[in-house]
Amino acid sequence: MNNTWLSDYVIIPLILILAILAIFPLLVGYIVYVERKVLAFIQSRLGPMRVGPYGLLQPIADALKLLTKEDIAPRNADVFVFKIAPIILLVIGFTGLAFLPMGEGFELFGYDVSLSIVDVNVGVLFLLAIMSLSTYSLVLGGWASNSKYPLLGALRSAAQMVSYEVALTFTILATLLLAGTLSMSGIIDAQREAGLWYIFVQPVGFVLFIIAMVAETNRLPFDLPEADTELVAGYFTEYSGFRWSFFMLGEYAAMVVMSGLLVTLYLGGWMRPFPNVELLSFLDFIPGFTWFVLKVGFFIYFFIWLRGTYPRYRYDQLMGLGWKVFIPVSIANLFITALAIIVMDSVFG
Amino acid sequence: MLRTHEMELNMGPQHPSTHGVLRLILYLDGETIVDCKPVIGYLHRGTEKLCETRNYYKNVPFTDRTDYLAAPNGNLGYCETVEKLGGYEVSERAQFVRTAICELSRMASHLMWLGTHAMDIGAQTMLMWTIREREVILDFFEAALGDRLTTTAFRPGGLRRDLPDGWIQAVLGFCATFPDRIDEYELLLSKNRIWIDRTVGVGLISAEDAIDMGLSGPLLRGSGVAYDVRKAMPYAAYDKVDFEIAVSNDCDSYGRYVIRLKEMRESTKIVEQCLRELPDGPITGKVPKVLKIEAGKEVYHQIEAPRGELGYYIVADGSDKPYKCKIRAPSFVNLAAITQMVKGLLIADVVTVIGSIDIVLGDVDR
Repeated sequence: MNNTWLSDYVIIPLILILAILAIFPLLVGYIVYVERKVLAFIQSRLGPMRVGPYGLLQPIADALKLLTKEDIAPRNADVFVFKIAPIILLVIGFTGLAFLPMGEGFELFGYDVSLSIVDVNVGVLFLLAIMSLSTYSLVLGGWASNSKYPLLGALRSAAQMVSYEVALTFTILATLLLAGTLSMSGIIDAQREAGLWYIFVQPVGFVLFIIAMVAETNRLPFDLPEADTELVAGYFTEYSGFRWSFFMLGEYAAMVVMSGLLVTLYLGGWMRPFPNVELLSFLDFIPGFTWFVLKVGFFIYFFIWLRGTYPRYRYDQLMGLGWKVFIPVSIANLFITALAIIVMDSVFG
Repeated sequence: MLRTHEMELNMGPQHPSTHGVLRLILYLDGETIVDCKPVIGYLHRGTEKLCETRNYYKNVPFTDRTDYLAAPNGNLGYCETVEKLGGYEVSERAQFVRTAICELSRMASHLMWLGTHAMDIGAQTMLMWTIREREVILDFFEAALGDRLTTTAFRPGGLRRDLPDGWIQAVLGFCATFPDRIDEYELLLSKNRIWIDRTVGVGLISAEDAIDMGLSGPLLRGSGVAYDVRKAMPYAAYDKVDFEIAVSNDCDSYGRYVIRLKEMRESTKIVEQCLRELPDGPITGKVPKVLKIEAGKEVYHQIEAPRGELGYYIVADGSDKPYKCKIRAPSFVNLAAITQMVKGLLIADVVTVIGSIDIVLGDVDR
C-alpha cells in the first residue's frame, strides 16, 4: 500500500477521468446504435446494416460526419451564448459521471484504485445540483438561437425539468432517510448492511423515480422540449454538426447518470443480487463493475423500450401530472417513510 | 419595457408534421392558439386546367396525382363521371373489381393515416407497423395494375386488363389476417392512457358546423352524421355488398380514429365479398377508341374517397377533351375546419388535428 496524497487525489482520478473522456463518447455512439437497433426490432425493421458487419461501424461514421460538418450559427443569434450552451450540457453530463460508484475498489501496481472518481460525503446532493444545471444549457441554447421553435422548446424544458426535479428530490429524500447518508458509496454500504436493496423497501419511490427520471432526461413520452413532430427539434433546432452532437452526448450522459443514480439508490449499485444470501456467493467472482453495467444497461434499454411504445404527452398534461400527482405522492411517500423509521426505531430500539 | 404580445409562428410549409406543404400561420398566447390561418397552394399543379388539354382517356393519370395516397379512388371518380357523361356501360365484373380495388386503396390510405397520425403524437412504432401492411396492398396494386402509387387503375368503360392469376387468392389471404393486424394496432393505442389523453376532446366540431362547412368522410361521420356516399348514392358495386357505416358521436380526434379503424375492418369485408362473388365476363367495356361526347352535356358525380366525398364535375363540348373538369376535393373542403378546431388548443394539438383531418396536399392544391 503506497498510496500518497498525490496518487489519491491527482494521479488516479486523472487517469480515470481521461479514461471516461476517451471511452464515453464512443460508448454513447454505441448506445445510439443499440437504440436504433432495438427500436428497429420493435418496429419490425433491421436498423443500421450498411457500415460494417450489422452496421457496427455506424456510430463511428456518424461521429466523423458530425465532426466534419460546418459549424453554423444563425445570423441573428447571440453567438457566444449559442456556442457555449451545448458545452455546458456536455460538461454537466460528464461531471455527473464522476459521482457514480461503478464498482468496488481494487489494487493495481500497489495503489488502491476506487471506481468512483469522487466520493464526496454529499454525493447525492452534489449530483442533483449538477444535473439541475442542465436546464441552463437548454434555456440558453433555445434563447440564443433567436428562433421561435427553439424558444418554445427552451420554455418547455425550463418548466418541465424544474417541476419534475421537485418530485425527484422528494423521492430521493425518502431513500436518504433509510440510508442515513448522502454519500453514494455510503448508500450502497447501507443496503449491504440492511441486507436488501431499497427497491423492496421503497417500491413507490422506485416507480416515481423512474418516471421522474424519464421526464428529467427529456426522453419519450416526456420529450416535450425537443418534440420533433411539433417543434421540429425544439431547443436544438438551429444547431448542426458537432455542437448538435454535444447536445446528444449530454442527453445520453444524463441517461447514464440518472440510471446510475437509480441503480445506486434502489438496486444496490455494483453489488450482486441478494448480497446477504450466502448461497449465491459463487457469483462473487464477477466484478462489481459488471453488475453495475448490467443494471445500468437494463435501464438504458428501458428508456428505448418506452420510446418504442408510447405516444408523447402534451405540455399541460405533463405539468398537471407533475404537480398534481407526482409531488403529492412523493411527499406522502417521504412522510410515510419517516413515520415508519420512527416507529421501527421506537419499537425495536 | 415589459409587455406581452401574441407570437406569430409560421408552421410549414417545411415542417415535419404538416403532411407535405401545408403552411399554418399560428397566433400564440404562450402555447395557446389564438388564431390559425392555413395557407395553401404550394403543391398547385393546375390539374383541372391540364385536364382540358388532354383527351378523356389521357386524363386518368392526372387523377392519380391529386390524392396520391388513394389513387384508385380518384381514378374511379373520374372514370364513372365520364361513363355517366357518355352513357357507357360497364360490365358487372369490372364493377366488382373496381369496388375491391377501391376498398384496398381505402385500407392503404387509412393505414398511412394511422401511421402518420400516431407518429405525430409521438408513437413512432405505429408508422412502421402500418407501412408493413400497406406494402402488401401496394404489391397487390403493382401485380394487378402495374404501379404502386400512381396506379391509373381504371379507364372509362372498365379496366385495362383482367386480374392476374392467383391475385384473388393472395388478396383473400391478406384479408383473412388483416383484422388481426388491426387488433394489434388497437392493442398499442386504443387503451393507451397517453393516446386517450391526447385525442379525446381535441379538434371538436359539432354536427351542425360540420354540415355547414360541407365536411365529409370520417370527419363528418365522426360528428355523428351517418352520411356515406357508398350508402346514400351507391356507385360501382356498393349496392351489391353488405357493409356498415362507421359513425361516432364523439366529435373529436379519438372518434375519428375509431371510425377509421372500423372502416378498415368494413373494407376488408367488402373486398372479401367482391372477390368471392366475382362474376365472369369481360372486364373492358364496349367503348369507342376515341371518346367524343356531345356538346352541352355536363355531369357531377361523387364517390366516397378515404378522405370524404370526392366529386368530379365535367362539361363536354363535342370534342375528345373535356371543356371543364372541376374536382371537388375532400381534403380541401375538410381543411377549412382547421381554424375552428384548433382555437384555444395548444401547439401539440395542432399536430393532432391536422392528422385527424387527414389531408393530402396533392388533393388540397390539385
